[in-house]
Parts: sequence; C-alpha cells; structure tokens
Amino acid sequence: MIEYRSIGKTFADGTEAVGDFSLQLPSRTTTVFVGSSGCGKTTLLRMVNRMVDPSHGQVLIDDVDVATRNKVELRRSIGYVMQEAGLLPHRKVIDNVALMMRLKGASKKEARDRAHEVLETVGLDSSLANRYPAQLSGGQQQRVGVARGLVTDPNILLMDEPFGAVDPIVRDELQQELLRLQRELDKTIVFVTHDIDEAFLLGDQVVILKKGGEIAQVGSPADILAKPANDFVSSFIGLDKGRRTLHVEERNGTRIVVDESGKATGVLAE
Amino acid sequence: MTWFNANTDKVWDLLLSHLWLSGLPILLGFVIAVPIGWFANRHRRLRGTILSLGGILYTIPSLAFFLVLPSIIGTGFLDPVNVVVALTVYAVAIMVRSAADAFESVSPAVLDAATATGFAPAGRAFLVELPLAGPVLLAGLRVVAVSTVSLVSVGALIGVSNLGSLFTEGYRTDNDAEILIGVIGIVGLALLFDLVLVIAGRLLMPWAYTGGQRTPIKPIVSFAQHLGGVG
Repeated sequence: MIEYRSIGKTFADGTEAVGDFSLQLPSRTTTVFVGSSGCGKTTLLRMVNRMVDPSHGQVLIDDVDVATRNKVELRRSIGYVMQEAGLLPHRKVIDNVALMMRLKGASKKEARDRAHEVLETVGLDSSLANRYPAQLSGGQQQRVGVARGLVTDPNILLMDEPFGAVDPIVRDELQQELLRLQRELDKTIVFVTHDIDEAFLLGDQVVILKKGGEIAQVGSPADILAKPANDFVSSFIGLDKGRRTLHVEERNGTRIVVDESGKATGVLAE
Repeated sequence: MTWFNANTDKVWDLLLSHLWLSGLPILLGFVIAVPIGWFANRHRRLRGTILSLGGILYTIPSLAFFLVLPSIIGTGFLDPVNVVVALTVYAVAIMVRSAADAFESVSPAVLDAATATGFAPAGRAFLVELPLAGPVLLAGLRVVAVSTVSLVSVGALIGVSNLGSLFTEGYRTDNDAEILIGVIGIVGLALLFDLVLVIAGRLLMPWAYTGGQRTPIKPIVSFAQHLGGVG
C-alpha cells in the first residue's frame, strides 16, 4: 500500500505544486491521478520514487517512509514508465530492458533471458530486440517502456502519461494491453493522465485533482459518475455537457444509445 | 621526387615524430577537456567563465608559448615535451567548449528517465551522458586533431624535429621539393587522423548512424564563433 500523509511540495521558484494531500492507494489496484496541467499529478507520482522530495508530509510504502530509503535502491525497486518511453537511444531494445536487471546485479545471461521473456509479455516480436529505439514506432517504443518497467518484477509501477504521445488507435491498443497485463500481474499501479476517459477505463480508484493537488473527488469510476461531488467534477467528467447522459432510441428496428445532444455513441446489447 | 627517394628514411622519421607529437596532445587534450566540459555544463554559473578561459588560452601565440614554457615547467629549450604541453593546452582550450556543448546536447528527458529507472549518479555519467554526448564530442575532437597536426609544425622553429622541419630546412636551402613533401605529409597525417576518428565513431556509436539522429554541426559552428570571438 502507498500512503500520502498530508504531503505538500513548493518548488524552489515558489510554485506550490501540491498544498496538502492525503490519500491511501490500496495494493494490487490501479489508482489514476487525473487533472489538467498544473494540478500536481506528476509531482505526486514522482514523490513515490523520490524523484521529488516533499516540502512537508510523508509518503509511505507498506508503512515505511520513503524518505528513509536510499534513493537509488528505491528507484530500482519501482517500475517507471514515462511519456515518449524515455528509452536510452544508444542501447538496443533488449539492452534497454536488460539494463534494469543488470543494475540490480543480475548476470548478463540472466538479464537477457528475462528481458526476452518480458518483451514477449508486452507483445513485442523478438525480431525487434536488436534494433535501436529510434528504429521503432511510437507504440512499439512505449511497449518497450512498459517492458522495462516490468522487467525486475516490481510491486509498484509508476506510469506518467505513458500513452500521451501515441495516436488514438495505438493508445487504445496499449490501454487494452495494460488491462490484460494488470489482470495477470496484479501490480500496484499509479497512473497519471489528463484524459478522463483513460482514467475511467484503467482506474480502480480515480482521483480527480484541482489546482495545487486539491482532491475534487476520489472513488471508483462508477461512484464518480453516479454521484459527482460538485460542479467541478460534473464539468470535468463531461456530465454537464450531456456527453455521459445517455438514452436509448430506436432506429430501423435497432436500439442505439444516444447522448443528450443526439449523437449516437453505441448499440444496446440485446 | 629524386629528393624524396634520397631522403625516405629522414621523412619517415620526421613523420613518426610528428605522429606522436600530435597524437599525444590530442589524446591528453580530450581526456582533460571532457571532465571540464561536463563540469561546465553542470554548473551553469561557471560555464561562461570556464569557456572564456579556454578562449583566452587559445589566443596565446604558439611560438611565444613554446619559448616561454621551459621557464614555467623547467624543461630544456629543445625538449619536445614543450611542444606536447603547449599543444595539449590548445587542444583543451578548443575541446572544452565542444565538450560543454556535447553534454548540453544530451536530452534532459533521457537523463531524467535514467535517474528515475535507478541509475546512480556515476553510472548515469559514464553509461548514459558520456555515450550520448559522443557524436558532438567526436565532431569537436576532429577539429582538435586537424588543428593540432598543423600546429606541431611550428615546433620546428624552436628545433623540435617533425614534418615542419622540412619547411624550415627547405626554405633555408631553397628546396621546393622538400617543402612540398612537408605539406603533403602534414595534410596526409591530418586526413589519416580524421579517418581514424570517423571510423572509431562508427564502431563505437553505431546507434548514431541508424537514421533518426544526425550528428549536430553545432561544435563546428561554435568553433568558428570561438575563433571569431577572440580574433
């Protein structure tokens, strides 16, 4: 379990990224921080592996304050997947993945074998293993990024807008892949996005943030949809524009689902 | 041609001394300048000062430097060490700016990713920063190599034998063939160094030649600015 205890962060230039934030993230579930830019979601994520140290408060992993842990060791024990993959351009795909094993002290062969295995897990053809990242498509690079995050089999996986830079079709594919992986692997995932649809799709617990890390609402997607806490949430999730208020209409004998403005969004299953 | 055939051994000897008189400063200059450039890039406030210092060093006229050095470092006047030390200083002066540019060219996002995935500071510097700075470092080193090979010849004026000696001797004895051989030798040696560096770059940095990335021309431009700034 990850726990934020009345945490805050003011950067050296005086910007207050997070004011006062407390939350528990249950183990083996996906928690999504969602909000517009400047809501402190990335800062909150990066506090878990001490890429950012809080100005006040504590972050605890399984009741241990991360501040008491060696930064480098801590980071090696946590998977990290970032936007545009963040792969090392001078290392082949296989080495990018295997390197994390090597940093943890695995032998060369052990590291490579494990890297091959995890590349397969994320659905990458082994023929790509000996290419350089620049020779891969954006979607493939992102899969390598996920493989790298998973290679050491960490309990916690931090994902910072990992699918933000790929086109919608590939993003959809990667999201489904992540859901499948999570069913198999049962990690504690902290996921950051500005896309509410992505948050509802992936999150067991969704945290909607206002400026300065203020929590607008926390809950399962269904809870939030059923009972938005305030106007900010209604507007953020698109309830106010009628995008999520759906009703059924009959067209040529088929029952289709239509939103408030009359736009067709789906077909009702019989 | 007849002069060359009669003096092959002599030219060969001069070529060899030219080779080590230039090779050693290139190597030393690189090894010394890279950490300084890395430091300068890391400490933005000192960067300007360090780079200006390099620029100033480069303005010292080489002949004067060769003559003054013995009294500073306590060597004999004819000691080839004077040439090696002076040329190392010039190599450092040029290379520090290239090195600072090289480390600046490394994507901050990649460095951030390396830190986040658990690289310790030293591991990150050697396994990530240094190799990624490689293409720009190489471009700078090529400039240093060519410049050093040509500067060595000035050493002939203070009596340190190298291919430049063919100029001084050829001028004195009015031997155009000898001067021409000197020019050919120096240009050939410069091209050889350049070729070796390019091949080494291809072997050590195959990733830089796989499309996508291109070697930036920034160091050459900055070298031109560097010369323009002091001249």
